[in-house]
Amino acid sequence: MAALAQAFARTDRPAFVPFLVAGYPTPEATVELALALEEAGADVLELGVPYSDPLADGPVIQTAAAAALARGMTVAGVFELLVQMRRAGLTLPVVLLAYANTVLQKGERAFVDRLRASGGDGLIVPDLPHEEAGELRAAAAAAEVALVPLVAPTSRGRIARIVTEATGFVYAVSSLGVTGERDALHPDLRAFLADVRAASPVPVAVGFGLHRREQVRAVAPFVDGVIVGSALVRLVMEREDDLASPARRGEALAAVRRFVANLLN
Amino acid sequence: MYRYPDERGKFGRFGGRYVPETLMQALEELDEARRTILPDPAFRRELHELLTTYVGRPTPLTYAERLSEAVGGARIFLKREDLTHTGAHKINNALGQGLLAKRMGKRRLVAETGAGQHGVATATVAARLGLSCTVYMGEVDTRRQRLNVFRMRLLGAEVVPVTAGSRTLKDAVNEAIRDWVAHVDDTHYLLGSVVGPHPYPALVRDLQRIIGDEAKAQLREATGRLPNVVVACVGGGSNAMGIFTAFLEDDGVALVGVEAAGKGLDTDAHAATLTKGRPGVLHGMYTYLIQDDDGNVQEVHSISAGLDYPGVGPEHAFLKETGRATYVAVTDAEALEAVKLLARTEGILPALESAHAVAEAVRRAREMDKDAIVLVCLSGRGDKDVETIHHHLGGDL
Repeated sequence: MAALAQAFARTDRPAFVPFLVAGYPTPEATVELALALEEAGADVLELGVPYSDPLADGPVIQTAAAAALARGMTVAGVFELLVQMRRAGLTLPVVLLAYANTVLQKGERAFVDRLRASGGDGLIVPDLPHEEAGELRAAAAAAEVALVPLVAPTSRGRIARIVTEATGFVYAVSSLGVTGERDALHPDLRAFLADVRAASPVPVAVGFGLHRREQVRAVAPFVDGVIVGSALVRLVMEREDDLASPARRGEALAAVRRFVANLLN
Repeated sequence: MYRYPDERGKFGRFGGRYVPETLMQALEELDEARRTILPDPAFRRELHELLTTYVGRPTPLTYAERLSEAVGGARIFLKREDLTHTGAHKINNALGQGLLAKRMGKRRLVAETGAGQHGVATATVAARLGLSCTVYMGEVDTRRQRLNVFRMRLLGAEVVPVTAGSRTLKDAVNEAIRDWVAHVDDTHYLLGSVVGPHPYPALVRDLQRIIGDEAKAQLREATGRLPNVVVACVGGGSNAMGIFTAFLEDDGVALVGVEAAGKGLDTDAHAATLTKGRPGVLHGMYTYLIQDDDGNVQEVHSISAGLDYPGVGPEHAFLKETGRATYVAVTDAEALEAVKLLARTEGILPALESAHAVAEAVRRAREMDKDAIVLVCLSGRGDKDVETIHHHLGGDL
């Protein structure tokens, strides 16, 4: 958890948290993408465990997850990917995003222990609200894995309760709906982020819908980190064939690095 | 006293709320509305008035005399939900939730549908109450039930075919929840069964228990006693919870839920969640699921689009574990035989869903004394399934 705290401590800009679907388009390409993102300036990597019924995700991430599952990605395979990333030299903290049933089927304790042993730093479970997360919180604390909660603009009276027990960081959902690029952010976003930040003992990162440099700049003064998922996964999807081919991968990775540079500068 | 769910929405270890944080506030508001608006006398009057003058309640209880004689065992009684407006029990819940949504100031309904009965019921209620309506339906189901798609559109609803995942009911639920997450301010998600996050399983059960309450009173009047067995089909399980609830504290009454065994329990082509599944999380609830070792939810099969759901209402999971109800499975072929039998002995074409319950009722009645009573929830009529039935039986008639 110290690594996560450090990742959010930068003062020049909010920490950049890109999201990848593990195993998409291939396991090898996921490792290469992670390394390219770190090189391009990513501070934390969010890695999605593909799941059959990803309720919180929009069509882009859902499609990528379905493709990864169809190509044989498993939970054990995701942990193995994490090990390979560390072996390949990835140093930034990695937070896994897994749906509740994925974690429950492996057992809360076994899941976080395995995550820690594979080199992971944190866990986000987007369909496990605060009230149902008690056992996982205890297991994560014992394994020294951060359990990152989500808060939404509709959370209102729930914010204080949720963030008080956060470890690692708080994931603030910028708008209603599922993940996916949006042009308009929630009208009360600034006030909402201020409320979350005031109540939270840990850094606050904002995500859902962010995909343009202007949006990152607009939220930068109010947050400690920005999470970019669908826009990046869409880019990966557009370059799927190149990324899956070792010979053509280099150019596609360069495009990913350009995307990040454009987003951050 | 049977008092479930608890304040966290749990039936024992089942139920609860496993949803994105964005929905938590909306679920708390809905639960508040359930607890304050539903018992309100003015609300009850309005609901009762519409159930009587619009839906056609109380539905009759029919003594299936020729069926009972043909079977040669217990007396079989049918609770005739097939005779409601729109042709299935789904209308009881749709009307109740529609009125509730209107009281909550919502202007739009979203719903999922499998066989189309819940979609038709929701579209009907939206038209009657002046609300706009979007129905999500798996693309596979829109083809299997194209007449119901047309009916919904005729009623003014927008029908959205879902092409994600297995393109059936499970994926329609995902899409309806996603729509609700994005439009939670002005939209009510009118969930069609005793599934989903708390308070839906309790809300839908409470709106459907009128089936059991009526049947119990009608059977007492007709026979002076309670049934030995109550049989109902279980996909999500709302008609079953509706009829079971009235008998939960009558220990002498056996409760039997009938799932879809599809092409057989020894194949992968079934939807027998309680019989073959194990506990996990889907659509916001902890319940039995058909899933793989990693927790990915699997495709299921039934000849009946209304039964091929890989989950089941959490209260059924609880009743199974406590032993208060038992759950069995009936194959596609057995359900088709039951359609023929009921059609020829009683002049009633049951929905394929309901035919599963009829098949099990016949199996049980055969083993019982002539003075025993089997009560069957005939949850819907078979008009919507005639094409499917023709496809499977056309050459055999």
